[in-house]
Amino acid sequence: MRHLLSTSDLSLEEAVRILDTTAQMAATQEREVKKLPTLRGRTVVNLFFEDSTRTRISFETAAKRLSADVINFSAKGSSLSKGESLKDTALTLKAMGADAVIIRHQASGAPYTLAHAGWLDAPVINAGDGTHQHPTQALLDAYTIRRHLMGETMGEPDSIGVVGKDLSGLKIVIVGDVLHSRVARANVYLLSTLGAQVTLVSPPTLLPVGVETWPCQISYHLDEAIDQVQPDAIMMLRVQRERMSSAGGGFFPSPLEYTRIYGLDAKRLGRLPEHAIVLHPGPMNRGLEISAQAADSPRSVIVEQVANGVAVRMAVLYLLLTGESSAGTAAHPTGKENS
Amino acid sequence: MTSAHIPNGEGSVLITNVSIVGYERKDVLIDDGVIVDIAAPGALAQDESVAEATVIDGAGLIALPGLVDLHTHLREPGREDAETVESGTRAAAAGGFTAVHAMANTSPVQDTAGVVEQVARLGDEAGWVDVFPIGAVSIGLAGEQLAELGAMADSAARVRVFSDDGKCVADPVLMRRALEYVKAFDGVIAQHAQEPRLTENAQMNEGIVSAEIGLAGWPAVAEEAIIARDVLLAEHVGSRLHVCHLSTAGSVEIIRWAKSRGINVTAEVTPHHLLLTDELARTYNPIYKVNPPLRTEADVEAVREGLADGTIDIVATDHAPHPREDKDCEWAAAAFGMTGLETALSVVQQTMVDTGRMTWADVARVLSQNPARIGRVNEGPRAQGRPIAVGEPANITLIDPQAERPVDAAEQQTASTNSPLHGRTLPGAVMATFLRGRATVLDGQPVARTDKSAS
Repeated sequence: MRHLLSTSDLSLEEAVRILDTTAQMAATQEREVKKLPTLRGRTVVNLFFEDSTRTRISFETAAKRLSADVINFSAKGSSLSKGESLKDTALTLKAMGADAVIIRHQASGAPYTLAHAGWLDAPVINAGDGTHQHPTQALLDAYTIRRHLMGETMGEPDSIGVVGKDLSGLKIVIVGDVLHSRVARANVYLLSTLGAQVTLVSPPTLLPVGVETWPCQISYHLDEAIDQVQPDAIMMLRVQRERMSSAGGGFFPSPLEYTRIYGLDAKRLGRLPEHAIVLHPGPMNRGLEISAQAADSPRSVIVEQVANGVAVRMAVLYLLLTGESSAGTAAHPTGKENS
Repeated sequence: MTSAHIPNGEGSVLITNVSIVGYERKDVLIDDGVIVDIAAPGALAQDESVAEATVIDGAGLIALPGLVDLHTHLREPGREDAETVESGTRAAAAGGFTAVHAMANTSPVQDTAGVVEQVARLGDEAGWVDVFPIGAVSIGLAGEQLAELGAMADSAARVRVFSDDGKCVADPVLMRRALEYVKAFDGVIAQHAQEPRLTENAQMNEGIVSAEIGLAGWPAVAEEAIIARDVLLAEHVGSRLHVCHLSTAGSVEIIRWAKSRGINVTAEVTPHHLLLTDELARTYNPIYKVNPPLRTEADVEAVREGLADGTIDIVATDHAPHPREDKDCEWAAAAFGMTGLETALSVVQQTMVDTGRMTWADVARVLSQNPARIGRVNEGPRAQGRPIAVGEPANITLIDPQAERPVDAAEQQTASTNSPLHGRTLPGAVMATFLRGRATVLDGQPVARTDKSAS
């Protein structure tokens, strides 16, 4: 693994290895002193062409906890807003000696181009590109799911979390705007690689033509999906209100109708299996795709997802920057034996 | 325009032992720009007039009538950083062409008699091929008001093909009026079939690949819906319609249906749609970004079949040069288009001839005879697309079908490097091109005109 561009590039072994490393990173975050010396002297660049305070802060925190130097390079207030090309930005970062580049871009494939155009030697981490992929989000979702559902006692994971396991046998339902969602694409490929059975639930207008080849089931009805699949985890995707007013008068008739058919409310929450957890990549539209009762219920792991995001990003930075990427060669970034 | 202004080759040329459009070998004698004799190999050697002729050994070569491109972007005036009439027509000659139709989306747009005459004059000055400007259908390609089609038709450039290519004439009323209006001078509307609302911000073919890699889709129906509408309009008003760069299996079906009804429609396919598929977009390399987009394997098969059975009339390059910075970026920011003049014939050989689907005579039909007929340039002092026969203008391309050549975009004659075939090896090579008896290419290399400064 030289870059992290898409979850469809990850083998089962690589994916499990990232989750295991995440567990080790998460364990260190329970300590009083959270900072590790692992990446001291290395420079990590946060290259954000699109606003995303939470993802940027999560990566920045992860890099700093590993003692890396972090440079934030955002479109606003830099030469990017003056129309500098991706190529020139890349050449600039190369000249500055960036050891890793984390990129968020509105154009699908921009991280792939940055990694493969020959402009830059450093590992590239995709922090969300257009409507393509958001691999660290999917990894933190998978980690959160594994921690809750693959432990020895369901729902009560130990502090380190389980290691070595995939998500075999789990049933996961993802609900919402799949068409525009990089989170959905990243999760479909990662979760299926990990052995989970994924069902996408969406109005037909918000599913891409060609979705039928994805490794997942498709449903147009949330109620039906809940009853038939009996999911172990349900993930609600953010529905952007501007989808209401785009070409053709919008992708669905009204927010109210969307909420009625696809929103997770207390009633639907009650029909989920006892152990099922609720995920949301954030930021939430309370009252649209998810009700306050669902978001704030004990089943909700949404806040925990944010914490796990830091651990996942620490793991990815560690694996890419130390070259400890092949599965099976046990690394111990935390200085503790893997027990 | 009188024939006195049209430069002809000086002196005579004897091409020996050449296979004429893939048939038997002959010696072909050219004099003063005209094919004056065709005879069995060796039969002309005793002839006195041959003594001073330049002899070209045609053994192993195939003679095709000079190729005619109905769809070339020469970019001048306006985007001389991408291509000029000089560099674009030199590339055309190197690709075996003796005539190109220059698309109207220049800056200023070719929507007045003045601009089309300027482009024609630049073509004459360059002298590599005959340049036939295409006129815009609407003023500024804006799709609102008819450009002065009559003035362009009556101009020295004698425009017969009109197109807003790059943009679709989407307004059905404007399209109807344009189809009707050009009947007065036997013109044709060449439509870029793309329903604009269905393709807002579209980046690539909509399907399995676009779903996975997250690029906004350009659905086949956006092309097919316009073609279906336009063939019905052409039938209704009894006009001539040409469909540019048809790219989908459904489009082939619609054209087949329209022709079976007797509708006066012709269709073209590009070399890249005969060869490449949307799988290439997985590299996010904008060298593969083109409009209409690369489609699926099934579409490629359908356009090959349509070309072989005559549903599709011609191959046209849609040669679309772009400066490097417009392709050296992320996919969404890149320009649409690829170069093609210098690889078109090889791609047709690879996809249609070497696969046994077409003969060299078929190649002459789809790359010379038919495009010249559609453009109405097959008669008169600059007649193109004529057979290789005694008394015809000596527009001849000699190709070596056995050659294997690597494509190096940087080595091409075009001023731009956006060839999607860079790094591939293609069959066949253009060894010589004659424009009315004058060699524009010899030994595979362009030959600049000696009288250039005088013209």
